[in-house]
Amino acid sequence: MPRHTPFHPRTAALCHSYAWKEWAGQLAVCNYDRHSEREYFAFRHNAGLIDVSPLYKYDVRGPDAADFLAHVWTRDCNKLKPGRMYYGAMCNEDGHTLDDGTIANLGEGLFRATTSEPWLGWYGRHSRGFDVSIEDVTDRIAALSLQGPLAREILQGITDADLDALRFFGITSCTVAGQAGHISRTGYTGDLGYEIWVDPDGALPLWDALQTAGAPFGMQPAGLDAMDVTRIEAGFVLQGVDYVSAKSCITESLKSTPDDASLGWTVKLDREGWIGRDALLRERDAGGSKWQLVGLEIDWAELEQLYDSYKLPPHLAPHASRAALPVWNADGKQVGQATSSTWSPQLKRYIALAQVHRPYAAEGTALTIEHTPEFERHRITATVVDKPFYNPPQKTFTPAKAKAKKEAVA
Amino acid sequence: MSALGTSGNPYDAIVVGAGHNGLACAAYLAKEGRKVLVLERRHLVGGAAVSESLYPGFTYSVCSYVVSLLRPWIIRDLELVKHGLKIVPLECSYTPQPDDAGLCRWPDPDKTREEIRRLSPRDADTYPEFGRAVSRLSRFVKPFIDSPAPDPLSLKPKDLWQLMGMGRAFRELGDDLTALQFKLTTMGGVDFLREWFESDQLIAPMSCSGIIGTFLGVNSPGTAYVLLHHYMGEIDGSSRAWGFPVGGTGAISEAIASSARSHGAEIRCNAAVEKILVKGGKTYGVALQSGDELHSKTVISGCEPRLTFNTFVGAEHLPDEFVTQVSRYKARGSSGKVNIALDRWVDFKHRPGDGMHVRGDIAIAPSTDYLERAYDDAKYGDFSKKPYINLVFPSLLDRNMAPPGKHVMSCFVQYAPYDIKEGPSHWPEKREAFGDAVVDTLADYMPGLKDAILHRQVLTPWDLEQDFGLTEGNIFHGELGLEQLLFQRPVAGWARYKTPVKNLWLCGSGAHPGGGVMGAPGGLAAKEMLKQRAV
Repeated sequence: MPRHTPFHPRTAALCHSYAWKEWAGQLAVCNYDRHSEREYFAFRHNAGLIDVSPLYKYDVRGPDAADFLAHVWTRDCNKLKPGRMYYGAMCNEDGHTLDDGTIANLGEGLFRATTSEPWLGWYGRHSRGFDVSIEDVTDRIAALSLQGPLAREILQGITDADLDALRFFGITSCTVAGQAGHISRTGYTGDLGYEIWVDPDGALPLWDALQTAGAPFGMQPAGLDAMDVTRIEAGFVLQGVDYVSAKSCITESLKSTPDDASLGWTVKLDREGWIGRDALLRERDAGGSKWQLVGLEIDWAELEQLYDSYKLPPHLAPHASRAALPVWNADGKQVGQATSSTWSPQLKRYIALAQVHRPYAAEGTALTIEHTPEFERHRITATVVDKPFYNPPQKTFTPAKAKAKKEAVA
Repeated sequence: MSALGTSGNPYDAIVVGAGHNGLACAAYLAKEGRKVLVLERRHLVGGAAVSESLYPGFTYSVCSYVVSLLRPWIIRDLELVKHGLKIVPLECSYTPQPDDAGLCRWPDPDKTREEIRRLSPRDADTYPEFGRAVSRLSRFVKPFIDSPAPDPLSLKPKDLWQLMGMGRAFRELGDDLTALQFKLTTMGGVDFLREWFESDQLIAPMSCSGIIGTFLGVNSPGTAYVLLHHYMGEIDGSSRAWGFPVGGTGAISEAIASSARSHGAEIRCNAAVEKILVKGGKTYGVALQSGDELHSKTVISGCEPRLTFNTFVGAEHLPDEFVTQVSRYKARGSSGKVNIALDRWVDFKHRPGDGMHVRGDIAIAPSTDYLERAYDDAKYGDFSKKPYINLVFPSLLDRNMAPPGKHVMSCFVQYAPYDIKEGPSHWPEKREAFGDAVVDTLADYMPGLKDAILHRQVLTPWDLEQDFGLTEGNIFHGELGLEQLLFQRPVAGWARYKTPVKNLWLCGSGAHPGGGVMGAPGGLAAKEMLKQRAV
């Protein structure tokens, strides 16, 4: 039976829909209302507040902490400065992706890694020879994610951290809602956003303080369904959906290299001494990955026509779909599958993330995708487009940096 | 001038008026590499889709205030989200009553059902059925909104094909829906709704969408049709149609203008057009009030048809029959707008608080008799003493519209006939009395209102004509009556954006498919011009 997160008394009181799902063994809200529209628009126009406590969190300490993390992750954690974070991937010895997540350098030799799956056993096996201690702190840290264009203004009202100066993928210790904690400028919506990390005892005061500070800004508590739409718009992959962790794959064909999963940019093959490198070097020498994860835009006019032939208005599920949909090339040969798809309410586009054979990954390639109105299978045009679908400037903008630059010019 | 357009003129096209349709037209043409200049009389773009601060710290969506039908293809093609467009869906439709809690229709169908059940359990069951039937019908209407009007007099295969398609779609509706369609096009809104519902408290607010912008009452024949427009958005995707643009309605115009500029269009404000220049039946540019002349291969007017033809072109350049038809074009102004800055939140008497129920549109439409009585005043040349008011609190949806704790209230008011009995030019003397009638009416539902008002802007149909170029103050550039839609808009035989003056085109709400912040006339006009290689 799933456990309750530290925020459960608050989220449960608001979850009128009773729509919950299990996330890493804990109960998480799918949507508070009967549908997720209000929460989606809060993310995009104001701010959404989502409980992300179920993330697996590991503290890594000791003289070799950076070396060890650089060994198990694709990123060179020796270069990770205090107060900074990396997004990265972990591979097994075959070069297949195990998970993706973040690594933070909290200073004074303490690093914290977050993942979607538990990896204490894996870390333990691969830490031999490193002078490190690894601790599972998943249950010792409650986490909220505040995402949206107004997130900074809301959060600044309850913290002493200088949020104007906190850069994208920066993290700082601070006082927040009257308690010690960390704030990182990270998230899963592709917009301005922060994640706030505190002791579980301080979870409810944090929630209450954010609710009070956020109300005048139109902040809404949001669930996973709304976040799922935003992360597809942002072009972010989800482990278990867009690719499957190699540890969960029964067949080889289901496994993905970082390139296959759109995580190739986190990999530097010229760096030595990390798990998976040798296999990935071999793959490179053999011609590179066979798959690529791309963005697709499905032709809306064609979709409308298809529905019209059934005398129906076009209809898509009012939330993101994780049903895998086959994707074909112009000759009718299946060349991949869409793994996540959604109607983007703001862009007015039907978009998808898809794994396709590399020759079909170039922007502008016209493919077809399955669509099944009235239980009948049809193929409609889907064009490979650049990711992210939505990339607002405030995502990475740092006000303090812009101000300093302006002053320097003056 | 850096370079000449493809036609050898400085511009390929000059667009008169930077309303949202003029801008959309310019953006589409510029996107295809045409050299386009947009001329705007006022100091800012937007036309009737503008946001202005008339009281420090408060922003009004001065004229149009909600967005219902902005075409998704325009949002996609012009990348309006990248250019800053943000639309917040309106969450509720609330109809307060003077003596009880009234009716609130929520986005959650179960909650709506519970509300309607209090009025009539039968209506509660029928309500979703009605929604489904009408949204099936809008499937029939939608293709006409998204493509140029067919020409029934033409023998061109293309037009015949389109008409045949129209007939086919009609047949496909099935007997039940065909009957419904006939009823929709011939009946009054209230009669039509009474066939479905019994509760007057439900029928009254639903019938209002049939009268907006027309000089007709809720019982007048033909008003049922306009109801259909308001169900259109449901088939544009997964969400409801009505929304509020962050930054006010002007933000839509700004986004379209930004898109147009990114494609190279030039937009000049404070550049009032005096005349559209015509020689030998052909336009070659415009003369500005400043005395300058600007030449281009084509001129496209986003302005209202009568302003375009009577004032800018002049009857001497037009065929007599056309002039007659333009003079018959119905654009009777029937509504006004009152924008109010509030010092604090003001509760509704029977549903206090600034919760979800007021984060949508609020209709002062307590009964169908109330609405008909409002029309009675107008029929004989008076504004309604107790008008129908459609109310939105933009500051609840976008906190930048007013300082913290303060609010903006946007009131669409019907009826305010252009032709008051003293004559339209006497409107300025009656302006404040009209504003008072609105505030008095609202105070029946919001007792604390009068003390909280910091500033009020009252726009009568006269003001809409004088300040925004809306002839007779009609918000849709001509009524959306069936007789003035499709191939009859604005004038039979001239529904394809072309005019009797060669190289002069229309792209405003007076052209097909009509008014509302949908951008379709602008977008479709540009596509038609490109297709015909007119520019």
